[in-house]
Amino acid sequence: MNTKGKVFKYPDNVDTDVIIPARYLNTANAQELALHCMEDIDTEFVKKVEKGDVMVAGWNFGCGSSREHAPLVIKTCGTGCVIAKSFARIFYRNAINIGLPILECEAAAEEINANDEVSVDFDTGLITNHTSGKTYKAQPFPPFIQNIIKCGGLLKSLKEGENND
Amino acid sequence: MGMTMTQKILAAHAGLESVTAGQLINAKLDIVLGNDITTPVAVNEFRKAGFDKVFDKDRVAIVLDHFVPNKDIKAAEQSKQCREFACSHCVSHFYDVGKMGIEHALLPEQGVVTAGDCIIGADSHTCTYGALGAFSTGVGSTDMAAGMATGTAWFKVPSAIKFNLKNKLPSNCSGKDVILTIIGMIGVDGALYKSMEFCGDGVANLSMDDRLCICNMAIEAGAKNGIFPVDEVTKAYMNGRCERNPVVFEADANAEYEKVIDIDLSKIVPTVACPHLPENTHPASKLSDIKIDQVVIGSCTNGRMEDMETTYKILNGKKVADGVRCIIIPGTMQILRECVEKGYYTAFIDAGAVVSTPTCGPCLGGYMGILAAGERCVATTNRNFVGRMGHVESEVYLASPATAAASALTGYITHPKEV
Repeated sequence: MNTKGKVFKYPDNVDTDVIIPARYLNTANAQELALHCMEDIDTEFVKKVEKGDVMVAGWNFGCGSSREHAPLVIKTCGTGCVIAKSFARIFYRNAINIGLPILECEAAAEEINANDEVSVDFDTGLITNHTSGKTYKAQPFPPFIQNIIKCGGLLKSLKEGENND
Repeated sequence: MGMTMTQKILAAHAGLESVTAGQLINAKLDIVLGNDITTPVAVNEFRKAGFDKVFDKDRVAIVLDHFVPNKDIKAAEQSKQCREFACSHCVSHFYDVGKMGIEHALLPEQGVVTAGDCIIGADSHTCTYGALGAFSTGVGSTDMAAGMATGTAWFKVPSAIKFNLKNKLPSNCSGKDVILTIIGMIGVDGALYKSMEFCGDGVANLSMDDRLCICNMAIEAGAKNGIFPVDEVTKAYMNGRCERNPVVFEADANAEYEKVIDIDLSKIVPTVACPHLPENTHPASKLSDIKIDQVVIGSCTNGRMEDMETTYKILNGKKVADGVRCIIIPGTMQILRECVEKGYYTAFIDAGAVVSTPTCGPCLGGYMGILAAGERCVATTNRNFVGRMGHVESEVYLASPATAAASALTGYITHPKEV
């Protein structure tokens, strides 16, 4: 699995309230919610994002609320991957559970710039910045988590486990 | 090697003799919680995955609290979906309008959660119940769905930071000032993936409401959970209240902590977190030139009875400043009733405040106190992110009920001793 696209760059502590403001959470419809993704800090994101594009951010991405709507709208917008220096723990868990690829890589998050062309190989954790020519290696997931991702999310992995019992 | 209090609870629920930090485990759950925003997503996932029954109808709690009484048609549809799911699965802890409260004020009050529990909730402030000596953590809707289906969840065993509390709080300070001070010290990711374990002689001087408030905001330091030891104060609170028997766990004497931080409670001052992060803390006394438009006293952080008492003592017989909207939201129907019985409700109205039925409402910018561009609010809530309570150019200052009530009287951020 991999993705390739242009970069949207964000700072430290991007919280779930700016990823998807709670004023829109009177619906669970992902398509409808995705129209408002990032709008409180970047009104251009939804207009410009294309399938496969990559979000790059600083420390503690996705802090705040437990709303799963946050990784869901990022994924629904077409974002192929989020690279950050670190992720808030509930966001990290939610992203894995719903199948939004995320990678922790401090050097990549530091050096990659907005609008750079980047590709990511999820199997190896290899991040390539085609604009600068630099490559980075992200920490791979533990096998247990890799299995959830391979199955297409937590619930599918549980069902698969049931069938194997 | 010894285990922390959190690790002991996790080991017991995973059926293991011992666990170590970083270990992946599958643990049995005592309570799985959701609210009117997160439950609909969980219900959709639950059905999509083909599950047809919950693991135990007495171990699932669904609380309608974020947008109720329904703020609009869409919110009404979400509540309806929760109601129908709860009804069809005979969920015994389903709290609808009239019975509901803000989930993290309600579940401890109703005795649904107890010491020694392992709890997940599809709400980030589920970490509140650590105040009772439980392991309790926030998750997303898919984890809630999996928890409802299987009664288990996977966890990575956390390491811990130990907060050694000493002495006693000054009279104008409360748990809110303690946790804001700590978040100011360690930052919004200072406890990322870790437990915050509170201990020391000072614990005995903190009320249950203080402890619930402190654990509630552990997530604002990035923590997986916050937890207090079980002492006489906890036992007195749980006695006759909890529907299941409490189980008391203690950290081993040789438990390993990443860090030990001493907190002298007697040195805590009324503290305010300025926009737009909870770590941006300053003494209230240094912010007296900040003019405000609104005060909100309530939320899962500070909508409990002691918070109402503090507010009453400051507002009683006085008037909210001209130009300030003061909104008071008791956390549960029982707290609201007690406010009526004790005459607080009348005193709040006479002071020029409004009182709402329980709701998360303004805390997350839902309704019942949304801010316009350029407006400032002193709130006893838990987050002051960009746009959290309304317009992206509005500002939220997080404070204790005492500081918020004092600020309502003057129209500026005010140290409680000034009024």
